[in-house]
Amino acid sequence: MNQLLRLLFYKVIVKFVVLIVLGLNVRHREKLPKQGPAILVANHNSHLDTMVLMSLFPTRLLATIQPVAAMDYFLRNRLLAWFALKIVGILPIKRTIKNRHDNPLLPCYEALANQRILILFPEGSRGEPEKLANFKGGIAKLAEQFPDVPVIPILLHGLGKSLPKGEALLVPFFCDVFIGDPMFWTGNKKTFIQKLKQSMEQLATEGQFSAWD
Amino acid sequence: MIAISVDDKVLWSLVGLYGILIIASLIIAFLKKTVAEKSYTELTQRVKSWWVMVTVFTLAMLLSRNISLMFFGFISFLALKEYFSIIPTRRADRRILFWAYLAIPIQYYLVSIEWYGLFIIFIPVYVFLFLPMRMVIIGETKNFLHAAGTLHWGLMTLVFSMSHLAYLLVLPPLDNFKAGGVGLVLFLVFLTQFNDVSQYVWGKMLGKYKIIPKVSPNKTWEGFLGGVLTTTILSVLLAGLLTPLSFKMAIAAGLIISITGFIGDVIISAVKRDIGVKDSGNLLPGHGGILDRIDSLTYTAPLFFHFIYYLHY
Repeated sequence: MNQLLRLLFYKVIVKFVVLIVLGLNVRHREKLPKQGPAILVANHNSHLDTMVLMSLFPTRLLATIQPVAAMDYFLRNRLLAWFALKIVGILPIKRTIKNRHDNPLLPCYEALANQRILILFPEGSRGEPEKLANFKGGIAKLAEQFPDVPVIPILLHGLGKSLPKGEALLVPFFCDVFIGDPMFWTGNKKTFIQKLKQSMEQLATEGQFSAWD
Repeated sequence: MIAISVDDKVLWSLVGLYGILIIASLIIAFLKKTVAEKSYTELTQRVKSWWVMVTVFTLAMLLSRNISLMFFGFISFLALKEYFSIIPTRRADRRILFWAYLAIPIQYYLVSIEWYGLFIIFIPVYVFLFLPMRMVIIGETKNFLHAAGTLHWGLMTLVFSMSHLAYLLVLPPLDNFKAGGVGLVLFLVFLTQFNDVSQYVWGKMLGKYKIIPKVSPNKTWEGFLGGVLTTTILSVLLAGLLTPLSFKMAIAAGLIISITGFIGDVIISAVKRDIGVKDSGNLLPGHGGILDRIDSLTYTAPLFFHFIYYLHY
């Protein structure tokens, strides 16, 4: 039942919102992974980000993709938890670590070992609309643990205008999705994060974004 | 299946339209075989997009009156969305943009109930006065005038002007003119788009003297005049099929469509140049965005509408 609802959610509601209400301008669609395991890394401005990324994949991959999301936020009540876990299909992780032995990334390790495609927002939270914040270290740990798994940087633009943090009213804009070249673990956390950020900034130069302030 | 009773002449015109598309596709296939050294990717994409556009347009026109109106409303929505996505907007105006979008269903609803009096003033008067009021309530004064101006310009061109196409459609058949609104829309849209293409082709063949180099460096006097001539001849040939216009008035209609179509085209070019984008979007491969395709219609639709409305309704 939940699976059917999930399919309907993504193939009807999400498709309608993403393709008709918003409208996407996707560049380099061919660089998307055809199968798991893979890690999609995107900048995060809106709840719509996940919906847009999920909409890029064919139905056959729907069951393999999991957006990694904060447990404290999405599991804060039962209805939201049901929606987040069963319909959206998030992989919940803890944002705060209680003790040293607690590794919040363990569920991600497991998912990647199971050939999943993970969606990760290394800025940690949606933050200020249309601004790139600093990346957290989790993505580097994942890449280190799985050096053969491709990390695909994806730049999203416009979704923070359509539905920014703290707003409930969706205002239509055409949105840009630029997909970068897959990259792998560089052997060093600092250079890896740096390289990832660079490729995001590189992708940003491909577009011509109108002012919004 | 076909809910609107379609006049024979309209159907034959549609057949002719598909004939042109088939010929265009054949010419490209022929060119690809014989003159292989050039790349025809863009031309092929363009013609492919034309096939899609003509088919969607035909279906929208023939299925039912309300589907046709929703189709035009949707075109306005896409165009306005494209416009709002490329112009600079203010964060504070997010909700204002939402109100602006809301003008679209209302405007097209007014068309569907044929309330001409309100249709013709709703956006120029009521929306024009309402949006700045709503902006003042939010209270951001920085760039206020710029924001109010760009918003209203978009609504006037992409919703108000374009909705005249829809109003043409609901004009009733006359005693000696059975093609009705569908005929008028077909006449206007076909001539406007044909004029674009023929100005381009004439310009490519003979173009020498630039007509408006600061805005559109590729446009030439030869292209412009060639387009005006061809479009006007075609207008005279088609007017008997699709409109109630007399011979003289058909010439006038051809001149209105070809000259003002050119103006609409270069005005959108000027806007894009101002913003600094080449194409307004990438919805139509080979053409660019929807604004790039309907640019001429933003001028020809209201002007042709009032021309025919004054003469015959």
